[in-house]
Amino acid sequence: MQCLSFPLHPGNCTALCTTAVRVCSSPDAQNAFKVRISIKTALGDNAYAWDANEEYLFRAMVAFAMRRYSSKSTTQISNVLLCNVTDRVSFWFVVTDSSKNVTTVPGSEVEAAIRMNRNRINNAFLLSDKTLQFLKITSTLSPPVEPSTPVWIIVFGVVLCLIVAGIVFLIVSGIQKHKKKNKESTERENLEEKVEVTLENGIPCEALDLKAGHINGVFAAEDERFTSL
Amino acid sequence: MSQDLSATPETPKEDGRPKWDNKFQYILSCIGFAVGLGNVWRFPYLCQIHGGGAFLIPYFIALLFEGIPLLHLELALGQCLRKGSIGAWNTISPYLGGVGVGSWMVSILVSLYYNTVLTWVMWYFINSFQEPLPWSVCPLNENRTGFNEECYESTAVNYFWYRKTLNITPDIAESGTFQWWLILCLAACWAIVYLCTIRGIETTGKAIYVTAIFPYLVLTIFLIQGLTLPGATEGLIYLFTPNLNTLKNPRVWLDAATQIFFSLSLAFGGLIAFASYNPTKNDCEKDAVTVAIVNSMTSLYASIPVFSVLGFKATTAYWDCLDRNIISIINEFDLPEESIMRQNYTSWISFLNSSYPEKIGGLNLKSCDLQEFLDQSVSGTGLAFIVFTQAIILMPGSQAWAILFFIMLFSLGLSSMFGNIEGVFTPLLELQIIPKSAPKELLSGIICLISFLIALCFTLRSGSYWIDIFDRYAGSVPLLVIAFFEVIGVVYIYKIKRFSEDVEWMTGRKLNLFWQITWRFISPLLLLIVFMAFVTLQMQKPPSYTAWNPKYEGFPMKEEKVYPPWVQAICVLLAALPCVCVPLVALFHLIKQKRRNKSPSFVPPEGFSCQGANSNSSHPKE
Repeated sequence: MQCLSFPLHPGNCTALCTTAVRVCSSPDAQNAFKVRISIKTALGDNAYAWDANEEYLFRAMVAFAMRRYSSKSTTQISNVLLCNVTDRVSFWFVVTDSSKNVTTVPGSEVEAAIRMNRNRINNAFLLSDKTLQFLKITSTLSPPVEPSTPVWIIVFGVVLCLIVAGIVFLIVSGIQKHKKKNKESTERENLEEKVEVTLENGIPCEALDLKAGHINGVFAAEDERFTSL
Repeated sequence: MSQDLSATPETPKEDGRPKWDNKFQYILSCIGFAVGLGNVWRFPYLCQIHGGGAFLIPYFIALLFEGIPLLHLELALGQCLRKGSIGAWNTISPYLGGVGVGSWMVSILVSLYYNTVLTWVMWYFINSFQEPLPWSVCPLNENRTGFNEECYESTAVNYFWYRKTLNITPDIAESGTFQWWLILCLAACWAIVYLCTIRGIETTGKAIYVTAIFPYLVLTIFLIQGLTLPGATEGLIYLFTPNLNTLKNPRVWLDAATQIFFSLSLAFGGLIAFASYNPTKNDCEKDAVTVAIVNSMTSLYASIPVFSVLGFKATTAYWDCLDRNIISIINEFDLPEESIMRQNYTSWISFLNSSYPEKIGGLNLKSCDLQEFLDQSVSGTGLAFIVFTQAIILMPGSQAWAILFFIMLFSLGLSSMFGNIEGVFTPLLELQIIPKSAPKELLSGIICLISFLIALCFTLRSGSYWIDIFDRYAGSVPLLVIAFFEVIGVVYIYKIKRFSEDVEWMTGRKLNLFWQITWRFISPLLLLIVFMAFVTLQMQKPPSYTAWNPKYEGFPMKEEKVYPPWVQAICVLLAALPCVCVPLVALFHLIKQKRRNKSPSFVPPEGFSCQGANSNSSHPKE
């Protein structure tokens, strides 16, 4: 198993390498975390290759997270060990504590540190929670943005105003038409009363030629007064 | 004749009856009434489950022998008698007045629940203005560690429909409370209906230009969009591939006959009311054929975008299934990304299965089959509010598509509502429930207000179960019964000879033998067979429904439940009430005649005919 850290002191190398070997041979160790990275899914054509430099950045970010969380500057990049890197791009990592006899930092601390700085870590790699997965660490989901008044009430208000305006317009125009009709019919009644003529079928009798009004033209074939058809 | 002599102006209302502005308005109103939500969400479903293109055979046979004859009969009847359903049947024979009352009742019952469906459409419409669409994401649970459980186990679309819209109870017996957002939308819908039907056909005639034509525009837009979506061709091939074996199943013929019947909105009384505002000298035969053919063509035209979108949705679901499997395999074997693509998935699977069978078995991969996704057929509200909304999320620019889709559904439903309301309004106007001096606006206002108050019960949490009941019982069996009595009444009581003379007078040419045969024998026989088959099928098993129960162990599958006895009694009441009007009114008149000691006769009053009743409008204004 390759030792992936570059210690400053040759003395530490053996101890760290032993830890690395131990962790990598039993990956279910409680304080180790599996990471899965999907660069092509996130970036498509702009995907970068995962190489040793990216690994260095990752270790730096984890060290940064640990420093920020515990507020003590004892964690070095060399304390972060990676192993079992696959083509998938997935690997295990563990954080060691050089002050405490090269033991691993408890998983809960690492988890809390990562959680606190998740956003910074994601952004360093241009990835998101889904594409840079820490398999045992669940992410807090951000709540969806809710405006103060739900949008649907606004739309509903607009629709209702239009409808009510339409109804009021139609009713008012109906009433006006009704009034006009009433006025017209009373005017006509007044006019007819004034004239006081006898009406036959609504037509004043004087206007009719009485003869023409009584003679049924259909049966007047013998009458030469009518033009022949 | 000199014009100034006559003091009576040439009014357009010679007998005081309103009339259509032009023939196009009348045809459009009939088409709008016939073309409704069922054309979009029932016909494509029937096509799909009954062997695709093969379903068109029983469909067109039913159209020819049942749909067009009955439609012609109703239009001719309304045009000749120039009265709404109750008045028309009373004129034919007082003993048949029950037919009119029955269709009036069905129109009321259907209006109540149909407008509530439009309420749901409106709710979705006003929710389509948000980004992201509210049915595309699951809400979080209380401690924000994951999604809401009910939503997570089903889908976001299901959750929005069953919880956020209906807030449905697990059982029909639990009514729950009123849902205030649905009450608001219901009030808005009834206000829109009032706005459009406020003065009868004067206002609906104007509104129909928009509500009847707009859906065709949107369908065309969806057609173009749908055909460009990936997977559309799979959907269309699946829909139209004929499977002639299904024709051996009598269920297919029954479904075709009922679909034609309900799709043309026969026996509601609305068509009679529309035709009664026509001038009598109008070619009702051509109108009937036109309306029926346009209705069927619309169904076919609508099924193309529907199935393009369904094919797209199935393909996307298939790809999602494949992708999920691919991710699992890649993660398990730590293979590089994009080493397994959808195209070489099957070869990879077979290779891995032979080399590492236990590992593959441990992954619990779902078998992804495109046919299976295409087979998931849904009709009715499920199609519009669950399947289609899910497909819309996947399209780019989903808000616009959602808004267009729901406005289209709303227009389709609204133009059908006009016919329903007209079927209620015209008979009431003729019965002179309100004094003649009162404006028409008052009557339509009263109808809309009372309907709104009664329909409030559909906004309870169990409302959608009740709407299913109304749809299944009030909007099905009574119509068949009423249509049967309509044909029998016209052919054998009014007498076919007299009726054909009337139609000849109206259309100006002799009645074709085809109509004689269908009216006399084929249509009544078909109706009888369909009615018996329908009732038999319903009685075969106790009426049941599927309930949305989050606590059900098979969740998200719906739980199959049986209706409690009191609900079954209501179902029977709904189906029987309009039908029972027919014998009741006949009995009532029989008793009245017997009391007057006159000999009861079934011969209608002599001297009535279209020509006689309309002698003063022998020169109608065109």
